[in-house]
Amino acid sequence: MTVTESVDAGTRRLTTAKAISEAIAQEMRVNPEVFVMGEDVGPYGGIFGSTGGLFEEFGSTRIIDTPISETGFIGAGIGAAVEGMRPVVELMFVDFFGVCFDQIYNHMAKIHYESGGNVKVPMVLMMAVGGGYSDAAQHSQCLWASFAHMPGMKVVAPSNPYDAKGLMISAIRDDSPVIFMFHKGVMGLPWMAKNPRSIGPVPEEEYTVPIGKAAIPHPGSDVTVVSVSMSVQHCLDVAEKLEGTTSVEVIDLRSIVPLDREAILTSVAKTGRLVIVDEDYKSFGLSGEVIATIADTDPSMLKAPVQRVCYPDVPVPYARVLEYEVLPTRDKIEAAIAAVLA
Amino acid sequence: MVDNDMRMDFYREMVRIRTYEAALQRDYHADKAPAWDIGAGLIPGEMHLSAGQEPVAVGLCANLVQGDAITGPHRPHHLALAKGVDMKAMTAEIFGRDTGLCHGKGGHMHLFDPGQHFSCSGIIAQGMPVAVGQAFAFHRRGTDNVAVAVAGEGAANQGAFHEALNLAAMWKLPVIFIIEDNDWAISVARDTATPVKDGSMRGSAYGMPHARVEGNDVEAIYDACRTAVDRARAGGGPTLLEIHTVRLWGHFEGDAQAYRGDELAAATENDPIPQYERRLVAAGLLDEEAIARIKAEAEAEVEEAIAFAKASPEPLPSDAYLHVFA
Repeated sequence: MTVTESVDAGTRRLTTAKAISEAIAQEMRVNPEVFVMGEDVGPYGGIFGSTGGLFEEFGSTRIIDTPISETGFIGAGIGAAVEGMRPVVELMFVDFFGVCFDQIYNHMAKIHYESGGNVKVPMVLMMAVGGGYSDAAQHSQCLWASFAHMPGMKVVAPSNPYDAKGLMISAIRDDSPVIFMFHKGVMGLPWMAKNPRSIGPVPEEEYTVPIGKAAIPHPGSDVTVVSVSMSVQHCLDVAEKLEGTTSVEVIDLRSIVPLDREAILTSVAKTGRLVIVDEDYKSFGLSGEVIATIADTDPSMLKAPVQRVCYPDVPVPYARVLEYEVLPTRDKIEAAIAAVLA
Repeated sequence: MVDNDMRMDFYREMVRIRTYEAALQRDYHADKAPAWDIGAGLIPGEMHLSAGQEPVAVGLCANLVQGDAITGPHRPHHLALAKGVDMKAMTAEIFGRDTGLCHGKGGHMHLFDPGQHFSCSGIIAQGMPVAVGQAFAFHRRGTDNVAVAVAGEGAANQGAFHEALNLAAMWKLPVIFIIEDNDWAISVARDTATPVKDGSMRGSAYGMPHARVEGNDVEAIYDACRTAVDRARAGGGPTLLEIHTVRLWGHFEGDAQAYRGDELAAATENDPIPQYERRLVAAGLLDEEAIARIKAEAEAEVEEAIAFAKASPEPLPSDAYLHVFA
């Protein structure tokens, strides 16, 4: 269900990148077991700004630049976590998981289960996802469904600064491993085109956003649009544009695992019409799981076939004209809403 | 220095481990007849026994204390027992019982005993980075505990091995990397898998002290591990040891080992336990009566553990849904 946070967002505005690094800093101040490890997380501050300013405050003993050895340092994070530390480990791009996935899915995700609950792995593995800036096939994917498919990892992907801070604090405090995926487009980077929603109000104090709870940033009654991460920003742009003609309810899943199925069902029961917007690949992924949630429960709640605006099953192309042919965009979302209402 | 009390302890522990695995082997095969089915019987699944490699576990673990960690490979029993993992709980786990170390969720390749900081993984070399992280935690907390990563010589051709060595050396962490060279990666002979004759030389690539220990001699292994563990505890960083040992039995139970040819008979001749027993007899430390007593004590402990496992309840089927998340 929708969660209305008790914290007043206030008026201070941060980028998502700054919100993430602030969350980590606040947890590090109160918990000496928290540390950060990854490539270029130190003086550089993270290639996408997720660790900006941390090195200056905490130094090289707690903000640790690693060699390009993802298997080595993700494994080391697991080892530190099983001994009770709370590592925040950065995999620079999700696309790099191919060189280190054994540590992720065979170790980080399974140790608690394999041990019959005797060994916890309280670790955050954060990573950049997403395209839209011509970084092509090996640096632009989202891939959250690939992680979500394998049991044992929580998977979150915030769409805005407020959720990013609250989800990061929740992730660090969680006793299970959490995959924290930040879309490059929501980080508010000065060197990348961005939606204004990538900079927003963030309370100074610590607060949590619960993992596994969707938000409804734009309530409506005609159609449900389910999305996550960067695409939520596009969905909100479209929903606001259509105000007065179509009442669009936007669900920001925020977490892929656990998936807030109740929020999806409650909304679709109300609207009867469903559009799913997902920058991850279309087949065998999040959009299919959302549809299965309806089909498993009560397919008759749908008044029209579901519309999907997803990444078609092609690798991410380089040329701008090719990439924007396949990316979820506002035009495609608007067309899908029109189609599901037709 | 190894004294006579330690020699007796080494012998007792090696006999204990061998007795354990011989009993597991017996029970593993007992109910797979007449049609041998790997998934059948009281002990289902793959079974990788370590007979011949006991000197490595015993020589290593005699240097470890409470709080030190081991990440082991898919062939873990000798290390687990020498480290002090409870035999009953471990056996119950191997029998898939609720009283097992992992309530029947892990099985013989995935034994977790957080009290002993012992774990193992079925994925070759992938436990090595985890040991680096455990050492990182020990070091960060100012303890003098060490973490030991044990893997086979086949694992040393994996990237995870090299990444772990580089990280541990870079950060000067208290890790001891132990390569058990039993000459075989399942059926692929060591000499057909790498041109490196002395695998410990790979430590020099990372500026790491290293040694190869020949002879499968528990005392030489103890001494080499002593040097490495002392160095790690004193803040001197990691060491790579390659210990030449022997795999007396198949890669897994049911492996006919036709690929070994004459080498298998030679390996059997090199069983380290009778060899050490003869040495201790010659030194006047053991006699027939003492040998019989030690073996009887081991058998009693092992059979009690197996009886405990067999008498223990199975997990509830619905327990399969527990422990996905903490």
